[in-house]
Parts: sequence; structure tokens; C-alpha cells
Amino acid sequence: MIEMLDYAFMQRALLAALLVGIAAPAVGIYLVQRRQAIMGDGIGHVAMTGVAVGFLMNGNPVWSAVLVAAAGAVAMELVRWYGKTRGDIALALLFYGGMAGGVMLINLAPGGSTAKLLPFLFGSLTTVSPSDITAIVLLSAFVLAVCLGLRRQLFAVCQDEEFARVTGLPVRLLNLLLAITAAVTVTVAMRVVGLLLISALMVIPVAAAQQVAKGFATTLALAVGIGVAVGLAGTTVSYHADVPPGATIVLLAIGVFAVVTALSLPLARRRAALAERRTGGDPDARARREDASVPS
Amino acid sequence: MKVEDPVIALRGATASLGARPVLRGVDLTVEAGETVALLGENGSGKSTAVRAVIGQVALTGGSLELFGSPLRRFRHWRRVGYVPQRSTATGGVPATVGEVVSSGRLARRGLRPLGRADRAAVAHALEQVGLADRAGDSVEELSGGQHQRVLIARALAGEPDLLIMDEPLAGVDVGSQRVLADVLRAHTAAGGAALLVLHELGPLAPVISRTVVLRGGRVETVDDPERLHDLACHPPDAAEQEPAAPHAPKIETGLLT
Repeated sequence: MIEMLDYAFMQRALLAALLVGIAAPAVGIYLVQRRQAIMGDGIGHVAMTGVAVGFLMNGNPVWSAVLVAAAGAVAMELVRWYGKTRGDIALALLFYGGMAGGVMLINLAPGGSTAKLLPFLFGSLTTVSPSDITAIVLLSAFVLAVCLGLRRQLFAVCQDEEFARVTGLPVRLLNLLLAITAAVTVTVAMRVVGLLLISALMVIPVAAAQQVAKGFATTLALAVGIGVAVGLAGTTVSYHADVPPGATIVLLAIGVFAVVTALSLPLARRRAALAERRTGGDPDARARREDASVPS
Repeated sequence: MKVEDPVIALRGATASLGARPVLRGVDLTVEAGETVALLGENGSGKSTAVRAVIGQVALTGGSLELFGSPLRRFRHWRRVGYVPQRSTATGGVPATVGEVVSSGRLARRGLRPLGRADRAAVAHALEQVGLADRAGDSVEELSGGQHQRVLIARALAGEPDLLIMDEPLAGVDVGSQRVLADVLRAHTAAGGAALLVLHELGPLAPVISRTVVLRGGRVETVDDPERLHDLACHPPDAAEQEPAAPHAPKIETGLLT
């Protein structure tokens, strides 16, 4: 168990997994709160073009992926503001364009082939280089500074955007910052978890945590805990069983989600009974349940 | 701001949603210490008028001043406490009562962290709406009336001079109606102003200083609440149909043109 720490590449992989385990749910919770859980997936597709650009220019693909993914995320945010009717079509174009652009550019790169993209799509333990780890540490620090430092502001914006605007918060700026932070997280995670699976690590720990938590802060803390646990455990299992780390981490996260769901059922029932007793069959509570299904 | 400036001064306001004109020259003034109720049938433009006042619907004509400043130059949003319609204010992640009410302090704190004064204001706001013991509970466990009170507390936490509420009585129990009346009474007694969109005055009638009835995007009547009792409590059934005024233009869906 411990001997895997003798390898420098495993030390880097575990450090990267730890940072991803913290950063992904910390950003993901805001996307889930805004009911945009799928946004991380779209950013992952766009980042493929960024990775290919890195190969084409013989640079480090992490930095080119950050730039292209951030541009893509900002474009998605702009579509959300202005593209009211054809928004979903615009997003689809962006996703497919990102993927196709990645495949096209990687084949144009000297000695490049689609196979070179594979470790970025599904994650790989051996690909985290020393220069990558510097980038990953710096970028994770940025993600955590935004997600924890501005948590009240981001909470307000994602909970009730109109109220946040009337409050005088710089809502557009915060939305753009969140989009860029999500893009950075995707790039931080692509080495270990892979671009096509990173969205799972943003969403599943949050989905699991919110079944047992009452508030936002506890959901955030629990989700980060789950993220770190499955990140480290998945990387370790991946080393010993020689299986891809991204898939292992995501399957573990789904396992945690299933267990938490099973355990929370009695809890949810007890809470419902408690709420029923408190409102005491109050006609108003019934009315609320009824008007919850009527769009207004 | 000079003392005599009205809190809200809307003059000749026009606004459209898409191609449909919704406000067609609305004048509305709210002075400090006043609680004004905006009544009208569905589609009369009352919600649009309120959303124009908070800067969320752009005026196509006329003028709007808040606390004596034109909307374009108005920066003191901390003076405005907004209570949206309940259905719009839910997120995809659980939140406690305390967390939701705390976001009302951001009007004063901006991007800075919350301090002791903020926590005291949140506690006071929760006390005012009678939810002091529910701060740690999830908002999802509350009844409709209690949820409405959380949104009112969120607005009160910012210690605003102007309260704006969109349909605060919708799906609310008697106890919460009484809480709302008490909140409004205390707010105006302290010199604050309030603008409420209501379907009926109901239990709030005693605290309303003036009612403004909109019809087809225009002010139909301005009156004291007593004389409006019948109209307000028994709005005509035709209210549910969209073209409220006989001279309203045909609704263009764009499907056949």
C-alpha cells in the first residue's frame, strides 16, 4: 500500500487527485444550485480543442486547455444571457465544435494522432508531469479562493439571481467568474479524471451530500469530503488493479451516492413526519405542495 | 437626496415585454412612511410595473426616480428590500433559513465577509417574522407561509428604507398574513416606504395607505382602501383572460405572421 508513495509519478497523481477531489465539488455545487449540472461536461468537450492546440504549438497542453476552456465557458455564459430561444442549439454547436476541433487539430500536429488525446479524455496516472503539478497547484488555489472566499455571493447569485441583482451585487461579473472557475477546474482535473468524466466529480458528490444535509455549508463540506475520499481511493485502486483512474473514481463516487441514498431514506421519512407534525396538516402546507406543480 | 424627494417617482412609464406593450403611461409615486398597494387583474401590468421600479424591466418611455436619483444613476440598492414571488426563489441545493436570510446582508457587505453586525441584523429579521427558532432548518421543510416569511426576512436583513413585494399573500396562511401586516406597520412607523403587488387587500387593508389599480397598462383608479373593498376582494372572473382592456391590441404570437 505504502510502497506506491515511493514513485514520484504516484506522489504527483495522488496530489492531483486530492486537489481535484476538493476543487470539483466546490465548483460543482454552484452549478447544481443553478440547475446547470451539465455545464462541466460541455466545458470538457471544448477543452479538447485546447489540448490539441497545446500539442500543435509544442507547449504544455494544460495552459492552452485553460485558455480555450475559459473562452468556451464565457461563451456559454453569454449564450445564457442573450440566447433565450436558440440557447440550446448554440450550446450544442459549441460542444460538438470543441470535440471536432480537438480531433482535427491533434491530427494536424507533428506526429499527432487521435490516440494522443485518449489519456486526456479518460485520465491516466502516469501523465501528470512535474510541470503539470505546478500548474495544477496554482490553478486549484485559484479555484478554492473563488469558491470558498466568495461563497456567500455565489450562493446568493445561484439561489435567486433576480434578488442578487436588486441587491446590487455584480451579478454578471460573478457569473463570468464562476464560468471561468469551472473551466479551470475542468483543466485541473483532466490529467487524472479525464475531460469526459470530470463533470461526474463536480455533480455526484454534491448530489450525494444534499440527500443528508440541511444547508448549503454542510452540503459543501460533505461534498468536498466525498470528493477527496473517492479521488484518493480511486487513484490507489487504479495503481494496484491497473485500471484507468478516471473511471475508478467516478464509479466509486456513484457507489457512495447509492449508499448515501439508501442510508438517507429512513432519515428523509423521519423528517417528512416531523414536518407534517409541525405544520399539523396545515392547509397552507398542502396548498404549497399543490401550487408547487403549477407553473406561474 | 432632499428630504421631500419621493421614494419612488414613476412618470409616464411605458414598457413592453417582447412586442406587447404592457405599461402604457403609468404614474406612480410612493412617499416615505407610505404603504402603497398595486392592484389589478392578471395581465394589467402590475408585476411589470414593480419589476420596472427595481430596474429589471427597461422602460421604453417616461422616467423613474428612486430616492430622488434617476434609475441610471441610482447606486444605493441597499436601501431597497425586494421580496420576489415565492416560486422564483429556489435553488437546486438545500439551504437553511439562516443562509437564505444572510444573503440579504450582501446589499450592505458587497464582496466583503459578514461580521457581527450582520449576524445581529439577520437574527433581528428572523425575530420580526417569528422564525428565530428555525434558523438552522432547511427551507424545503417549511410551509408556504413560512417560506414567504423567510423571503421577507431576507429583505428586512438589509435594513431597507423601501420594501417591494410581489404577491406576498399568494398561498400564505392567516398567521403569516398577520406577521406581514405587523412587519409593514413597524416599517412605515420607522419612516420606511413599501410598494406591494396584491391580488386582494385582504388582511392587509388596515396598513395600506393608498391603492393604485392598473388596467390594461394604465392607472385606472387611485383610492383609499375602504372604498375598494368590493373590487379587491371579488375581482371579476374575466381577470384570467389576457387582453384586459377592450382597446388592448391583439396578442401577436408570431405563429401566423
